[in-house]
Amino acid sequence: MIRSLRRVAPQLMTLVVLAALVSWFFPSFLQIDMSDGRLVGPVIDILKRGAPVAILAVGMTLVVATGGIDLSVGTVMAITGAVAASALVSGWGVPVALILAVGAGMIAGLWNGCLVAVLGIQPIVATLILMTAGRGIAQLITEGRILTYSDTGFGFLGSGSILGIPVPALLWVLTGVLVALLMRRTALGLLVEAVGVNKRASALAGVNARGLIIVVYMASGLCAALAGIIATADIRGADANNAGLWLELDAILAVVIGGNSLLGGRFSIAASVLGAMIIQTIDTGILLAGFPSEYNLVIKAVLVLAILMIQSPHLASEWALIRMQIARRRAAREQEV
Amino acid sequence: MNPRTFPLLATIAIFLVAYAICSAQYPTIFSSRVAGNLLTDNAYLGITAVGMTLVILSGGIDLSVGSVIAFSGVFIAVMLRDTGLHPLVIFALLLVVTTLFGAAMGGLIDILAMPPFIVTLAGMFLARGVAYMLTIDSVPINHDFYSFLQKSYYLMPGKGRLTFIGVLMLLTVLAGMIVAHRTRFGASVFALGGGTATARLMGVKVRRTTVQIYAFSGFMSGLAGIVFSIYTGSGYPLAAVGTELTAIAAVVIGGTLLAGGAGYMFGTLIGVLTMGLIQTYIVFDGTLSSWWTKIVIGVLLLSFILLQKGLVHLSTRQRGARI
Amino acid sequence: MLLTIQSLTKTFPGTKALDGVNFDLSAGEVHALLGENGAGKSTLIKCLTGAYRRDEGEMHLDGRLISPTSTSEAQELGIGTVYQEVNLLPNLTVAQNLTFGREPRRFGLINSRAQKLAALEMLQGYGLDIDVGRDLSSYSVAIQQIIAIARAVAVSGKVLILDEPTASLDAAEVRMLFDVVRNLRDRGLGIVFVSHFLDQVFELTDRLTVLRNGQHVVTEQTAGLDRLQLIHHMLGRDLEAVEEQGHTGHAPIVERPAMLHFTGIGRAGVIEPFDLTVHEGEVIGFAGLLGSGRTESAELLFGLRRAQTGEARDQSGPISIETPQSAIAAGFGFAPEDRKTDGIVAELSIRENIILALQAQRGWARPLPRAEQDRLAADYIKRLDIRTSDAEKAIGDLSGGNQQKVVLARWLAMNPRFLILDEPTRGIDVGAHAEILKLIDRLTEDGMAVLIISSELDELVVAADRIIVVRDRRHVSELTGSAVTSDTIMQAIAAEDHAPAQEVAR
Repeated sequence: MIRSLRRVAPQLMTLVVLAALVSWFFPSFLQIDMSDGRLVGPVIDILKRGAPVAILAVGMTLVVATGGIDLSVGTVMAITGAVAASALVSGWGVPVALILAVGAGMIAGLWNGCLVAVLGIQPIVATLILMTAGRGIAQLITEGRILTYSDTGFGFLGSGSILGIPVPALLWVLTGVLVALLMRRTALGLLVEAVGVNKRASALAGVNARGLIIVVYMASGLCAALAGIIATADIRGADANNAGLWLELDAILAVVIGGNSLLGGRFSIAASVLGAMIIQTIDTGILLAGFPSEYNLVIKAVLVLAILMIQSPHLASEWALIRMQIARRRAAREQEV
Repeated sequence: MNPRTFPLLATIAIFLVAYAICSAQYPTIFSSRVAGNLLTDNAYLGITAVGMTLVILSGGIDLSVGSVIAFSGVFIAVMLRDTGLHPLVIFALLLVVTTLFGAAMGGLIDILAMPPFIVTLAGMFLARGVAYMLTIDSVPINHDFYSFLQKSYYLMPGKGRLTFIGVLMLLTVLAGMIVAHRTRFGASVFALGGGTATARLMGVKVRRTTVQIYAFSGFMSGLAGIVFSIYTGSGYPLAAVGTELTAIAAVVIGGTLLAGGAGYMFGTLIGVLTMGLIQTYIVFDGTLSSWWTKIVIGVLLLSFILLQKGLVHLSTRQRGARI
Repeated sequence: MLLTIQSLTKTFPGTKALDGVNFDLSAGEVHALLGENGAGKSTLIKCLTGAYRRDEGEMHLDGRLISPTSTSEAQELGIGTVYQEVNLLPNLTVAQNLTFGREPRRFGLINSRAQKLAALEMLQGYGLDIDVGRDLSSYSVAIQQIIAIARAVAVSGKVLILDEPTASLDAAEVRMLFDVVRNLRDRGLGIVFVSHFLDQVFELTDRLTVLRNGQHVVTEQTAGLDRLQLIHHMLGRDLEAVEEQGHTGHAPIVERPAMLHFTGIGRAGVIEPFDLTVHEGEVIGFAGLLGSGRTESAELLFGLRRAQTGEARDQSGPISIETPQSAIAAGFGFAPEDRKTDGIVAELSIRENIILALQAQRGWARPLPRAEQDRLAADYIKRLDIRTSDAEKAIGDLSGGNQQKVVLARWLAMNPRFLILDEPTRGIDVGAHAEILKLIDRLTEDGMAVLIISSELDELVVAADRIIVVRDRRHVSELTGSAVTSDTIMQAIAAEDHAPAQEVAR
């Protein structure tokens, strides 16, 4: 417990600092009210709006842990949203719509996983294909229109609330907790990390590396489906053009902010979803603090660069070298004395 | 026959066959008018793709190009609005800025030893963010020099217009061909794509070359931004979203190996024109929807990646299979 | 002397890769540099080519003190290197490779016609008639090798280092390469020739130097040595620490029931089909020089490479060894030669490395309870005397010997019936060395069969009940009982004809 807290400490601290900063400019930032049996307030808003990226970040974390990357998640959101909406429009009901959407997401993940694990195509390239073609497929399903439906049951997933808490917020927390439990209570987490660190040695120890890689891409597809369902439920319609647009970049960013190495290996889902919340806090906080939203992207860029500097193996080793040289020089000086 | 040229030949063949099919169905496609439009409409994409080709040949990737195009348009529009400088002076300033921007990304990639993907992703955010900070609105460009550029064209036989930006794109491709295939810098780029360790053994100065590669891409994105501003007559921070992906797709369809080390600058031109042709056909057809463009491009991407995978597989099959 | 190296020392954390090594090379000489893996050959070459900085010692080229800091600096000084694999860029043409960095230019642009002419000129005297405009990858490895030599000679021109240049060539290609090398020698270059093929050393070289465990063993005129003496220099070792604890090997096999039968296992270009019967509780040794096919044989047995022919059976019927997973399911274990790339999972903890194979076999859904993991880790840390403060420490932070023990623990935790150990004691200190041999002894008492591959003949003699000698990608002979001595093994390895002392049991 203490270990995992220490792991997410930098992300938590960043969140606290951000909250303090925003509160400085917008004093009621942390205020939460009750209205119509719902909790309202900027923090609740962040928890709700951050849901798609947080859920995408869960799947992306697993893919990144194997040393891969999934560029297609934004597009898969659009596809699954379109599938769900068209099922609802056809009157097939909520359960069928959900099953179809989740199935579509997993098929998309299977496709990516097979390209990477079976054909051996680099992950960036392999997922780029679906990223490009997928939006066309989504538009094909919605026939280019914004497909609206009137099913309130489905809409509940996007705009409803349970015990005053918005459903999307509950969904991302639930996804994060479930996947983290699945990884840590079974051996999946260890096996994924082993494959990410050293695929050859893991395969030699009998780990089914190929199967695991396919599974993580399917998990990413599944998370994208969930995010797509929430986005579709939120606006009560499927917008194939804009649903999930560029969210893959935010998801990757969340994983990187979560301190997970893009080269694979150790991962923390909690840190990644906190990363997603950091991104959303910046987005919302800039608006609330009265800054023009134009600063948003620049801040994100600076954040990525700062994290890269900290993570870089190169800089770390050069830093170690400098320290060693200083120590050696000091030792030499002491010898002279 | 050198197997290295197969993807290029495949690209050219696909383009010619596609053009023939399109022309057979809609004879007007086979006209200088459509050809002229093809060049004009895809001028900015072609110029971006030239920079992207060099980056990909070196085994890298540059996600910042679309944002840099948007930044360039906004920069030009705002500078024209707020200062009395001549467009040519602004162009020069802009190209210096974007080239330095690319060089900085190249430097970071090498110094941090981080994947180009994530470094240029930061660059992508930064460039568009700065564009936003300059303005959030679309800023129209009204300048005599711009009108002059927009109206200058050569009337080809058949009333097709060979516009200034179309010609500029062709010249850029030509320059790109020379840089990639006829200079020592180009040879170093191919060497990096063939393997950094070997390239270093053969005397390539890896850091300097990496900086130059991304600086080249930054320059080309700036140039593409100028062309885009001439094409649209305005600067808009939300412009050219996703151009990086279109450019990467064009490069791959043009027969360049995404893993780096093999490809032809000329192929990229054909790749750009192929993608333009698909769009033209869909416009001509009228009943087909625009999303088919994306699906067809995706299918083309997949087939080229598989074709190249197959060629690589063939050439390395002799080595003992060991997992 | 063209090149002299005096008391060169290079230390890596935990090991002394080179310990006061002397080496010299005169112009117009081919000088072989010999030694098994880990002897220090590649470290010596890397110091010479600027890839490593030496800790101590001096290097003189043409009487001038040199300290190259990069490969290109070494090249400019006159030291060119041709490696077995990565030398040139397969994606460029022959002419581009040859003239790289020095392309003839006109108006600042590369003049491709002049480039081709320059390339052809560089290839003159090498007996190649090829189209320099084609990709390098379209030519055979032998031709690529000669092209690499031509480039190295043109760029550097004083010292040429050939690092296992013949490893992937056939006989005719080797002859072609040797003609080129002799030709260069006659032109006055000093050539360092690294190879595991003793025939080639005797055929080509004028002098030879043998390294062992980072130390200089001998420098001699090649003509003044015979094969046996040479192999003795390379493999002989006084392993007192091991001898002390005595050995229990060489028990008659007949008493033990057979456990596994491998028949006709082979793969074209890797190893000729061979038979192997494994008995309960016995230790089999694979002896042979590097590149003989000893490691490859083991890889086929473990499914790391797929065998094209042959089958494996135990008492109850055929078993599958198509993949590591199926071999593990059949009760096999494999501790690979290259610990870093194939053995350890560096970022993970000692505990996680120990349970990895066990967990992989149980499947993801049945995780080993944490208490059980901790118990296993603590147990093996104690039993194998793994020196660490904590089972949660990343394995990458341990010394080589301790890493090896963790990899062993990983397999022991599986309780395999057949454990393959490829160079189990390489790069680890003498104390750990003896411990590991003692451990092997203990394991076989419980009926586990062990296959050891090693360059250390003394180690094989101590540990193994019988030795299978591998040479030229064939299992050539088998030694049992009192016939297992360092001398008999050396003779079997050195035997030049293909009439082995005793055919492998069929």
